[in-house]
Amino acid sequence: MSTKNSEENSSGNQNRRITWEGCSVLLDINDGDRVLFARLTAGSKVKIGDKNCSLQPLIGRPFGSSFQVEVGADGPVLSQIIPNAEGNNLGEKMDDQTMEECRDNRALVDNNTAQSLTGEDIDDMRRKGATGDDIVQALIANSATFEKKTAFSQEKYRIKKQKKYAPRVLLRRPLARSICEAYFKKHAEKIGYLRVDTLSLLLSMANVTAHSDVLVFDMLEGLVTGAVAERLGGMGYVCNPYCGTTPYPVSIVRMFNLSDETCKRIVHARLTELQPSNSGNSTSTDQLVDACNITEQKNENTVSPSPAVDLVNMEESSSGNMETDTNVAAFPKSGNSVKAGKSEDAHREVIESWKENGFSSLIIAAPNMDAWDIAKELVPLLSYSAPFVIYHQYLEPLATCMHNLQSKKMAINLQISEPWLREYQVLPSRTHPHMQMSSSGGYLLSGTRISSNDQAPINTNL
Amino acid sequence: MLLPVDSTEKLSFNRCIMDGDLVIVYERHDVMKPINVSEKGVLQNRFGVFKHSDWIGKPFGSKAFSSKGGFVYLLAPTPELWTLVLSHRTQILYIADISFVIMYLEIVPGCVVLESGTGSGSLTTSLARAVAPNGHVYTFDFHEQRAVSAREDFERTGLSSLVTVGVRDIQGEGFPDEFIGRADSVFLDLPQPWLAIPSAAKMLQQDGVLCSFSPCIEQVQRSCETLKSSFTDIRTFEILLHTYEVREGNLASLQDSDGVLASLKSSKKRPRSTNGQEDSRPQSVMARRIGEVRGHTGYLTFARLSCIG
Repeated sequence: MSTKNSEENSSGNQNRRITWEGCSVLLDINDGDRVLFARLTAGSKVKIGDKNCSLQPLIGRPFGSSFQVEVGADGPVLSQIIPNAEGNNLGEKMDDQTMEECRDNRALVDNNTAQSLTGEDIDDMRRKGATGDDIVQALIANSATFEKKTAFSQEKYRIKKQKKYAPRVLLRRPLARSICEAYFKKHAEKIGYLRVDTLSLLLSMANVTAHSDVLVFDMLEGLVTGAVAERLGGMGYVCNPYCGTTPYPVSIVRMFNLSDETCKRIVHARLTELQPSNSGNSTSTDQLVDACNITEQKNENTVSPSPAVDLVNMEESSSGNMETDTNVAAFPKSGNSVKAGKSEDAHREVIESWKENGFSSLIIAAPNMDAWDIAKELVPLLSYSAPFVIYHQYLEPLATCMHNLQSKKMAINLQISEPWLREYQVLPSRTHPHMQMSSSGGYLLSGTRISSNDQAPINTNL
Repeated sequence: MLLPVDSTEKLSFNRCIMDGDLVIVYERHDVMKPINVSEKGVLQNRFGVFKHSDWIGKPFGSKAFSSKGGFVYLLAPTPELWTLVLSHRTQILYIADISFVIMYLEIVPGCVVLESGTGSGSLTTSLARAVAPNGHVYTFDFHEQRAVSAREDFERTGLSSLVTVGVRDIQGEGFPDEFIGRADSVFLDLPQPWLAIPSAAKMLQQDGVLCSFSPCIEQVQRSCETLKSSFTDIRTFEILLHTYEVREGNLASLQDSDGVLASLKSSKKRPRSTNGQEDSRPQSVMARRIGEVRGHTGYLTFARLSCIG
C-alpha cells in the first residue's frame, strides 16, 4: 500500500481531484448496480437503499473515495470508508484457496432453509445499533451452507449480502469516460447507443485538441459536445449547428465539471448563418430543416426543473419515460448558460472567421437522421485537409454517405469502421472473457475533406 | 506542425504550405508518406516527379500534380496520419487501442502523463495531443538510440514542448523520484510490467489511472496480481477495429441467372445515365467487412490508485 499523500497537487482546472461545493459528481452505488449524477450542495440528498442521505459529507473529499451508510444520532449519515481498515483481505484470503480448490456444489440443496436468521432477527439487530457489516457477518455465521461453498461462491455470497445490508457509494469524477459508460449502461437509447470506445474514436478521428474549432452536430443530448469541450482546455470552440428555430438540447454537458472558461467555448449557430450567403442549395437545406424539426419535437421538454435537488437518476427507468428521469434543476449559482443546459449564440466575428477559414474538424452524431443529408451540408464548412467523422448506430446510412462523398469527390481517406470491445475477468486460474458483452458500439465513417476544384496545370490528358 | 501550439497556427486559419512544413503525401488510403517541404526538394513516385516548390503557397488538402499529370494530395499531419506513416522501430499501437487508452486514462488538457517504453512514439503523439496546451508527457525508453530517434521525431512533428524523452530502464529502476505523487496517468508497455507497477503507484496521484498494455495473457495475469495491493477498479479489455468496404451495384435477379454464374454488376462499368430497361432496378449500396484484419493487438489493463483518505 502506498503511503504518499498529495492531495494539493492539482487545483484550479477541470482536472480537480477534490470535490467542492456545487460540483457535479457521479455516484456509483454498489459497484455499478446503480449510477447517478448529483450536484454537491449542502441541501442535496440521495436515497440509498431505504435511507435518505445528505450529500454534505461528500464535499471536500477526494474523488475515488468510498462511503457507507451509517446510522447516527440524527439519522443515516454517509461516512467515508478507509480502505486499510477493511482492506482487500477478503480477496487475499480467497487466493490461497482457489488454486487447490476441491470443494464443489454436489451437496448443495436449494430448499431455502440454509439461512437460520429471520427478517425479524435482522430488524432487531438494527434496532440495537448493529452496522451493516455486523449483519453481513451474522448472516454468514448463521448460514448452514456457507462453509461448504467454494471460496469463489463464498465471496459472491458475501458481496451480495454486503450490497443489500451495507451499500457502498463510490465518488467518481464525471469525465467523458464515466458519463458515457453510465449512460450506456442505463440509458443507451438516450445517447444513440454510443459506446465509450466509439466515443473515444470519434474524438481521435476528429483530431480534437486545444485550439481546434470543432463543428459538432450533436443529437445525443450534449454527450459529444461535452466530451469535445473536455479536450479543448478552454482554447478553441465547439460549435453546435442547428436547423429550425431552437438549438438542440445539450443537457448532458451539465454533468461535466467544465471550467467557466471552457463553457464559454461551447456555442451554437443556425446552419444557414454558417453557410456562404449566396449558397444555391436552399432546397436541400430545407429538407434538413424538416428532418431536424421532427427530431426536435421529440426532444422537447426533456429538461424539467425540479425545485430542491439537482439529481439525474440513472436508475428509475421502469416507467420507460425518459423525461421523468432527468429532473435536472438549473445550476443555481452560475450565470453561465451552458451549465443550465443551453449554450450561447456564437459571436458574429467568430462566425465570420469560420466562414472564411472553415472549421478544423467535424463530428456528426445524429442517430435518427440521414447521414448524407447532414454531411453534404456540413462537410463543405470544413477547411481543406480537415478530418471529419460521422457516428451512426446503423451501417447502411454510412455506406450510402461514403459512396456519395466518394463519387462527388468531396473527401478522401474514407473509411467505415466498427470497434469491437471485450472485457476479461482476470483471476488466478479463472481468467476468461466476460460472459456478456455489448455486441455493437455503432459505426463510424471517417474521412478528410479535400479541395475539389484543383485542376492539373497544363495540357493534361485525363 | 502536428498540433496547433497556439491560436495563430490553427488549421482552420487556412494555413498554406510553407518551406519546411511537414506534409503527408497521400496516394491512396494505404499509401502515404511524410515529407518535409524544401524549396529544392523533389518527390518521385509511380505518378511521376513532383517539385516541392509547386506546393509552397497552396492550402493543405490540395491536389499536387507531377510533370506527367499524375497527382497526390497534400495533407496536414495529424496524430492519426502520423501513426500510419511513422518509421517502425518497434511494434506500435494503432488508433483503436490509442483512443481507448486516452479515454480510459482520463487524460484532459493540463495532465502530467508518464509513459514507458517510448517505442516508435505512436501513442506518445496522441498523448501529447490530449495533454496540450499546458500538460506534459514524460516518456522513457531504455534503448538509447530509440530515444534519440524519438526525440528527432517529436522535433519534426513539433511536439518537443509537450514531450520529454528520457533514457531509463523503468522495470529495473522505476520512474524518477521527481514525479512522485505528480502523475495523473501512467502508461506501461513493458515485457514485465509487474516490475514497474510499484513505482507507478508511487508516481500517481490518488485516483489516478494506470494502463498496462501486454500482448500475452500471462503478463496480464501477473500484472493484475501485483495491482491488487494498491489499486482498485482493475479491468482488462481487448479492442479491435473492423473496417468495411462499400460498393454500389446491382445483384443479379433470378431471371438473369440462366446458366451463368452471376457476378455483381458494378455501376462503374455500366453508366447509370443510359436509363435503359436492362437495369431498371435501383442501384444499391452494399457494405462488407474487409477480409484480413488484425485479430489481436494486446490486452489493456486499467486500474485506479486506491484512495487512502
